Amino acid sequence: MTGHLAPRPGFVLDVDRNSPPIVFHHGEGFRLEKLPAGRSRVIYPAEPLEGLPDPDGAIRHALLHPIGDSEPLPALLNPGMKLTIAFDDISLPLPPMRRPDIRQRVIEAVLDLAAEAGVDDVHLIAALAIHRRMTEDELRHAVGDRVYDAFAPDGRLYNHDAEDPEGMVVLGETPHGEDVQFSRRAAESDLVVYVNINLVAMDGGHKSTATGLSGYTGLRHHHNVHTMRNSRSFMDRENSALHASNWRMGKVIQDAGVKIFQIETTVNNDTFGRSGPLALLQKREWEWSTRDRMQFLGMKSGLEVMPTNAKRKIFSSWQAPYALTSVQAGEIEAVHEVTTVNVYKQHLVSVEGQTDVLTMGLPYICPYNVNSIMNPILVMCLGLGYFFNLYRGRPLVREGGVLIMSHPTPWEFNPVHHPSYIDFFEQVLADTTDPIEIERKYEKQFAEDEWYIHLYRNSYAYHGVHPFYMWYWGSHALEHLGRVIIVGGNPAAVRRMGFQSASTLQDALEMASDVVGPEPTITHIKNPPILMADVT
Amino acid sequence: MSPVRRAATMARSLAGGLSFPWRPAPVPTGADPVPAVRGLGADYDTSWARRYPARIARAAIIESVMRPTMAVIASPARRGLDRLDDLDGPVVFVANHHSHADTPLLLTSIPEPWRHRVMVGAAADYFFGNRIASAISALTIGAVPIERTKVGRKSADMVRDLIGDGWSMLLYPEGGRSPDGWGQEFRGGAAFLAIKCGVPVVPIHVQGTGRILRKGRNLPRPSRTTVTFGDPLVPTDRENARAFARRLQAAVAALGDESTSDWYSARIRAHAGTSPGLTGPDVGAWRRAWALGNRDRGSRRRRRRWPAL
Repeated sequence: MTGHLAPRPGFVLDVDRNSPPIVFHHGEGFRLEKLPAGRSRVIYPAEPLEGLPDPDGAIRHALLHPIGDSEPLPALLNPGMKLTIAFDDISLPLPPMRRPDIRQRVIEAVLDLAAEAGVDDVHLIAALAIHRRMTEDELRHAVGDRVYDAFAPDGRLYNHDAEDPEGMVVLGETPHGEDVQFSRRAAESDLVVYVNINLVAMDGGHKSTATGLSGYTGLRHHHNVHTMRNSRSFMDRENSALHASNWRMGKVIQDAGVKIFQIETTVNNDTFGRSGPLALLQKREWEWSTRDRMQFLGMKSGLEVMPTNAKRKIFSSWQAPYALTSVQAGEIEAVHEVTTVNVYKQHLVSVEGQTDVLTMGLPYICPYNVNSIMNPILVMCLGLGYFFNLYRGRPLVREGGVLIMSHPTPWEFNPVHHPSYIDFFEQVLADTTDPIEIERKYEKQFAEDEWYIHLYRNSYAYHGVHPFYMWYWGSHALEHLGRVIIVGGNPAAVRRMGFQSASTLQDALEMASDVVGPEPTITHIKNPPILMADVT
Repeated sequence: MSPVRRAATMARSLAGGLSFPWRPAPVPTGADPVPAVRGLGADYDTSWARRYPARIARAAIIESVMRPTMAVIASPARRGLDRLDDLDGPVVFVANHHSHADTPLLLTSIPEPWRHRVMVGAAADYFFGNRIASAISALTIGAVPIERTKVGRKSADMVRDLIGDGWSMLLYPEGGRSPDGWGQEFRGGAAFLAIKCGVPVVPIHVQGTGRILRKGRNLPRPSRTTVTFGDPLVPTDRENARAFARRLQAAVAALGDESTSDWYSARIRAHAGTSPGLTGPDVGAWRRAWALGNRDRGSRRRRRRWPAL
């Protein structure tokens, strides 16, 4: 990046009068914002760690030398067995990575061992729970053409269908009374191999199978307001009620006799590349060259006059040159412990103390709008759900503080991908924005709606209940914060969600002072590339 | 003979290519080869073809002549390029050999950074028989002369020097084009070079070029082709050239299986040692031709399907 020998860790910049304006992501565009000197700080992510020099060798080594109580993969394979390989869906990684995708590398390595053992009965399942189905192109990108052509034409590679009455089974109940719903094919297999891309600390562990291969019957026990409000945060497994529930379910799955061989991988922070048009987004502003500055000015003004659809097309075509930083396989919990350490190695940045006002620039993409539109509910989910929860210890902003997000927040939805979101926004949010009330009054109706189920199973729609989960995802933040302000958003859409709209950051800071008083402390989380604040 | 009939005969003769006495007669089997003219054959100096003017001319020929020509007559499907993603530095590409169309097809299929820094091992007695043919071969495809009729160090030393200078090599270990559509046993030269130079070998399987321009034909006929790149192979410490050549042949055969069936079935057969061989069944000529018809039907490419709704 800047010629340093080793990647630099993340750091916290105390803003003074000499500090340059900071680049904020703003959907399919950018803003340059000057933060008040003397009371502001900016948290910068760590530079990308070096990737493994021989990814295929590392994957093979992991399969042959598993962690925890597990035999090497070849010892678990035999000719007459039923093998199911499940893998993460389109929501990982973000943005989609350049070919070859890590899933392709891992799945090919697993299949090569299966071929060596002569395994004939192999199914591959995109473990998407209640996300939208992946298209052929997306599946090809994830698993590669070789695997797709070998398994998809005769129906052995497919999307998980959580609403298939024949294809799902309830394996039992946890001591907390939670139903454990699971894919029948996976449950009846002699071995399930799960292939993860652990982009953030939330991913992986028992959550992969207990959530990815489940459906509404199982998900409703942990994708709810109570769980989310008791996850502090859901990026920190030890303190996450979401994960505790998944871990309980994982135990039930294991006790039901399902044997799972878990493969987890981590990638570095090379989201925008070390060279190329977006590389400057990975650099600290004062390290920009003349060329970077000219490039940014050209890009910013070009994007300002470009039609929205053209901008979306350009940004959607970006594929991150992520490199594999670790791969581990074997028994789920032992594997996940190592993975979490590796994720933290890239993401954690130490931050001292909380702040009155937290600012963030939201990018064009979140897990649920790949090749789609970032609608207002997803804006809320990304800001109040994902970015707010990227902490360990305490939230970055104090209780009763203010969150300022920057995003155009268009009143716009993709009718194919997000049909239930439209009704949620028009009907539910017009009535109330209180998550508890929403959950009590509307969730069941949307979850069991025949039309949404039909679209989920046969089109490319997220499940009817999915927008509810997006709203619950931000419920911890909604409870914690005194006010939410969106800069540069569509005022009507922002108001519908119960937030306040501001045209500039200065206006937003003025408005925030009503809640947190004059001269508040401000912290900006400069994400992506991804960082996670370790708040002491 | 009427003028019309004479013209028709001449046209047929031109269409079928020049034959003896318009071109030299091939050396019959059993006869001693004609001593090479000094400065030709394996002695031909191709260093000029690696200087920048020739490289620029060759790049222009590859991109502006070979690529569109191949797109029209070979409509190639290129698979497995992602297997080269982690590869760096010079390599030896080895492929099965059916036709003169193989080289232009491969030169337009091999990805950067190798495409414009690859030399092609070409039969010294065939491509370097006279000065004009030698110059054209060296310029257009980056050919370097390889002796195939006798054992000599000259070719091996030259290729080793080229690899040392960062050039990659494209070699056809079968030693010549297939006479009947089936492959031939791999010779040990490519494996020997890879071991000597310590470079990885990328196996490539070419399917379908025999239908375009098989040995003995002079006019191409458009047909579909598939070029499948395999995982790079590195000789092990205890592997000699003969054993490594066998492994290369097995790898190319497995790629051939992959291009006519699917990847996973091909891997199962490869691990079980039951991949269909490159060289075909050891039976009479007509039965070999018959078996080839079953294997190489010309239009095995799967149609792209929309996902079932």
